[in-house]
Amino acid sequence: MTRHIVARTSDIPPGGNKVFGVEGRDIVVFHVNGEFFALLNRCPHEGAPLEKAACVARLTSPEPGVYQRSRVGELLRCPWHGWEFDMRNGQSWFDPKRVKVRSYPVAVESGEELQKGPYVAETFPVHVEDSYVIIET
Amino acid sequence: MSDVIDRPMLAEEAAAQSRLRIIDCDVHPSIHAHADIEQFMPKRWQQHLRTYGSHLRTPYIGTTPYPRSSPLIARRDAWPPTGGPPGSDLDFMRKQHLDPLDIEYGILQVLDLFIFSQQNLEFGAAIQRAINDWQLAFWSDREPRLKASILAGQDDTEFAIAEIERCAKIGRYVQINVCPRANEPLGRRRYWPIYARAQELGLPLGIHVGGYGGHAPTGGGWPSYYVEEHQSNAHTMAAQLASLMLEGVPERFPNLRIVFIEGGFGWIPSATWRMDRHFEAFRSEVPHLKRRPSEYVKQHFWFTTQPIDEPDEAKHLRSLIEWVGADRLLFSSDYPHWDFDDPRYAFKTPLTETERRKIFNGNARALYKL
Repeated sequence: MTRHIVARTSDIPPGGNKVFGVEGRDIVVFHVNGEFFALLNRCPHEGAPLEKAACVARLTSPEPGVYQRSRVGELLRCPWHGWEFDMRNGQSWFDPKRVKVRSYPVAVESGEELQKGPYVAETFPVHVEDSYVIIET
Repeated sequence: MSDVIDRPMLAEEAAAQSRLRIIDCDVHPSIHAHADIEQFMPKRWQQHLRTYGSHLRTPYIGTTPYPRSSPLIARRDAWPPTGGPPGSDLDFMRKQHLDPLDIEYGILQVLDLFIFSQQNLEFGAAIQRAINDWQLAFWSDREPRLKASILAGQDDTEFAIAEIERCAKIGRYVQINVCPRANEPLGRRRYWPIYARAQELGLPLGIHVGGYGGHAPTGGGWPSYYVEEHQSNAHTMAAQLASLMLEGVPERFPNLRIVFIEGGFGWIPSATWRMDRHFEAFRSEVPHLKRRPSEYVKQHFWFTTQPIDEPDEAKHLRSLIEWVGADRLLFSSDYPHWDFDDPRYAFKTPLTETERRKIFNGNARALYKL
């Protein structure tokens, strides 16, 4: 696994996302409810850019007339055909075994921690008071 | 892991030598601002548009269409950075669609202002005229890849013929579009003068889904859900194919070419198999038909591919294409709408080089004389 320091946490506003070119791939990082999720920026169906996806809630219905909304903002709705994916792991709701988006582990670490590691100086100027988003590929 | 359902390729396909440019038979341009259209309308109808707006053939207030699945039924990435609705910015359309997908020609299909669903037929005709002029001035004149269609609602045949004549004189339109949901089924004789003129002019008759004819979109009535109504596009197309066929339109107008746009093509085999079987039993009811319905389909009708069917097993799509015939299919993307098909990924089954050439380019080139 290679660790890539891609942004300050403050670079991606809550509810927003940002795309990073990492090793020739576009990876989109979402910031939802204080957490960060990284996915390949491409729907597995016809290749739509997921950075334009709607971030929606999971809507379920145990029986007609009863509706439950949960995990607000954590479901991606593809900008073209509306396929829904769980941004936590890239799985699709309709066919989780067969269809998923590649997802990447994300870590948030403080500048202070990062300064001790080997990945700092060449990638990013570090201000120790900030926190950083790190993608593992 | 990510590209789990990317389409496989045939060896011969991968080895194809020459570049295949795409002819996209369903591209939707939008009006950026009403003023763009008004300049092509007499003052009387400009005033009408501002004062009364649309008076549509829908039974309930609020049943007019948008949003459907997403705002303006559009791809969420198709909103131009310069503002305005998706499909309204030519430069952005070039950058997002025509250039990267290597579109050789795009056939324009205008849906704005509910053109074919206006209850006031005279106002409807004024909109059709304005939009026909606007298609040239705002699109085809500025971008030679984009080809316009003559919009001519058929419920006032006199207006429709006059508009067809006017545009045909200009000579830059590649198709005559009529409403898929008219007041009566499309095969009825009241519409035949339009078909006669289309045949004489050698222009294909385009029938793009959408609009409201005032009738429920399904035989069972008005659907509750958009997903339910979306299915009904295929029912409408099947009903209109049967009407045109069984009333004898291809028999009466043997050189008329009819294109069904945005209805998909998965429904065609069963519709034609059933018509053929029934034709054997009910031949005496329709003695004006000289051949089996499927034979008329193979000669007079074309179908655009989007929204493409995606069966669980690729071989079933393969069979579907063979049943319908690669000669009958025209690639279409439906840009910039939410159910857009990307020509690189939409076919989840391998196509032979011959099939690719026909579906993505050759059939449309011949049909529209491009």
